[in-house]
Amino acid sequence: MALLQISEPGMSAAPHQHKLAIGIDLGTTNSLVATVRSGMSTVLQDEHGHALLPSVVRYLNNDEVIVGHDAQAQQSIDPVNTIVSVKRFMGRGLKDIADRAHIPYIFVDASTEASTRMLQIDTRAGLKSPVEISAEILKTLKLRAEKALGGELTGAVITVPAYFDDAQRQATKDAARLAGLHVLRLLNEPTAAAVAYGLDNASEGIYVIYDLGGGTFDISILRLSKGVFEVLATNGDSALGGDDFDHRIYCWVLDKVRENATNFTPLNEEDTRLLLTKARQAKEWLTDNFEAQITCKLSNGIFVDVTLSAPQLVELTQTLVIKTLAPTRKAMRDAGLALEDIKGVVLVGGATRMPHIRHAVQEFFGQEPLTNLDPDKVVALGAAIQANVLAGNRSDDDLLLLDVTPLSLGLETMGGLVEKVIPRNSTLPVARAQEFTTYKDGQTAMSIHVLQGERELVSDCRSLAKFELRGIPPMAAGAARIRVTFQVDADGLLSVSAREQSTGVEANIVVKPSYGLTEDEITNMLKSSFGAAAADKQARALREAIVDAEGLLEAVKVALEKDGDALLNADEKQNILNHMAALSTLCKADDNQAIHRASEALNKATETFAARRMDASVKNALAGQDLNTLKV
Amino acid sequence: MWVWRELYSVSQSYFEFFRLPAQYDVDLNLLDATYRSIQAEVHPDKFVTASPAERLQSIQTATLANEAYQTLKHPTSRARYFLHLNGVETLEESNTAMPIDFLMTQMEWREAIEEAENAQDIAALDQQLTMMKKTAKSLQQALAAALSSAESFPEAAKIVRKLSFIDKVSADVGNIIARLED
Repeated sequence: MALLQISEPGMSAAPHQHKLAIGIDLGTTNSLVATVRSGMSTVLQDEHGHALLPSVVRYLNNDEVIVGHDAQAQQSIDPVNTIVSVKRFMGRGLKDIADRAHIPYIFVDASTEASTRMLQIDTRAGLKSPVEISAEILKTLKLRAEKALGGELTGAVITVPAYFDDAQRQATKDAARLAGLHVLRLLNEPTAAAVAYGLDNASEGIYVIYDLGGGTFDISILRLSKGVFEVLATNGDSALGGDDFDHRIYCWVLDKVRENATNFTPLNEEDTRLLLTKARQAKEWLTDNFEAQITCKLSNGIFVDVTLSAPQLVELTQTLVIKTLAPTRKAMRDAGLALEDIKGVVLVGGATRMPHIRHAVQEFFGQEPLTNLDPDKVVALGAAIQANVLAGNRSDDDLLLLDVTPLSLGLETMGGLVEKVIPRNSTLPVARAQEFTTYKDGQTAMSIHVLQGERELVSDCRSLAKFELRGIPPMAAGAARIRVTFQVDADGLLSVSAREQSTGVEANIVVKPSYGLTEDEITNMLKSSFGAAAADKQARALREAIVDAEGLLEAVKVALEKDGDALLNADEKQNILNHMAALSTLCKADDNQAIHRASEALNKATETFAARRMDASVKNALAGQDLNTLKV
Repeated sequence: MWVWRELYSVSQSYFEFFRLPAQYDVDLNLLDATYRSIQAEVHPDKFVTASPAERLQSIQTATLANEAYQTLKHPTSRARYFLHLNGVETLEESNTAMPIDFLMTQMEWREAIEEAENAQDIAALDQQLTMMKKTAKSLQQALAAALSSAESFPEAAKIVRKLSFIDKVSADVGNIIARLED
């Protein structure tokens, strides 16, 4: 493996070197990758000119994996080993999958604590978790981007449905890690669409993003003002999408065939897959046509030949369309807005091509929805714009996304009730603390159960994690004061800490959702995907340490150049420079532990400097604000 | 993991943080604009490639800005916070004593809401929300007056408790409507 070339800290990256950053829309049905080139966000195509990569992964013998169009073409002949719509299983347990009978895969509960773990799928290549399967899709897109851009990627923004919960978000981030991608940010899909749309049209005002994808539905309401995209409310259904429309058509076809056949045997997996594909094609055809012919021959010899008309499709799927309006109303209510406040409604997701969806949205909002950007591409385009900003390529600081947490976060209290700590639609990042007490005399431990959802009962919410705060000194019931702090970062990921106030006994955890993978599982997957050779592993660890150290050196260098003289005295500055010199010397050797230690030391040495810089930034913002007020 | 700096241990008040006068009457447009310009400087998105020390500073300051903004934006929480700064706690959880006429109104509301819920009458619930909003509006005016001098702070605390109650019932009605619409 080739090692990165390291240059002197002072001369490493040229000041305005363009960093290669990508935006990935990891969709249920299709995935895309985009990047900003010469100021324009562009979707990258594969060597055959395809922009969309079908989110289909087929496992062959001999460890070979096919992703995309080829896998999609083969799904009818090998349904058990060809995984479609894996996004529906991300961060989910077996009991969450409602219509298992219609899914041809062999599901396996992941572990002994069966009911609380992410499911797995048994393929001919062995047990695969949805995280690993998604990682195959991400790897394919990463490769496509590296080929097109001709270099190593700085990082990626990966989009997730706004209504994804903590477990689903964590699973997505884990998949990116397995694929070897540095995640700059998880970005909500409707927010990404708003960025692409808003910047393109220089929009101001309140906009609604109606995003019906292959497997998820999101509604987000945003206020756009001078490059600030502020999400006011979001809602959705993370198990409703275009796939469900296919399924309705499929069931209808099956009924028709049953009516006419004398001795109809249940479909095998190949036939199920075939009919679902035909159903999807008919749905797409009906967007521009009045009738769709569905014809195929099943393996039991039965010949299917039925005609589906556009009005029939409307009738079959109207309940699904109506199902999207309930979250829409909730979001409007949460945002405290009336219909006349809405300046525009943007349609996102391939499923919004269906005329009756457009019609329903138009009817609800009393205005024609905006469709001037390709609903399949707009999310990836927005993600690429954000990636470009985050990587530091855009110097004009005129884009800021203020997103929210989609679901309330809380704790289990007595009687199986949930006490909400962070309400839904709180702007990120957010932190809240709540105090609890013991209910028994001499109680020395407290079990903390973290939940996500809107309902009052623990059993109706999603369990994210359980942990224990031990070592509370024995006191009378109600005397201990346990402060539990919830923190949600800009990716929408939660961490929780608990502290007994009078004694300072403390427990911190980054909530690894019960449905998520453990650190060990990820390490093992990483090991197996990079080969078992110890030398390889070591080279990789060293390489990572050097890349991280280089990034740190660069960041500190930039900060020193900008504010070093203004905010530090000579000694303070010299101290930081010494740590930098020590670290860059170590980067030339091959001791990754030493590099880690020196990196930490350098970071520690810059803490005061970082705090002063932050105070200066706030002062700077306030000063700018004063100027603006004077102008008014 | 980043550790949240305790809210009340910060050396400045939320008013000072946004450089606003420490009073109940707040120029909401100015608050909005100031909040946005601070976030434009401190938000974690601006520090993705920065050192861990700076990323930590960023997330702490952005979290504080969000908390301060939300507190000052809403009349009830702004008044509660203003009273807290002046040494008066509103104690909604422990002090549930309400004047008898307000208790009567509460009961009427609860009955009307229950009736509308049973009849699945969303329009009636919406009407109830509008009415409570009106009541809240007039309470907010009384609140502004009560907060203008320290002698009437206990009275102001009473009004905050009433407003908290209305906020809670409004949220409940919102949840009922959402359930009925499902």
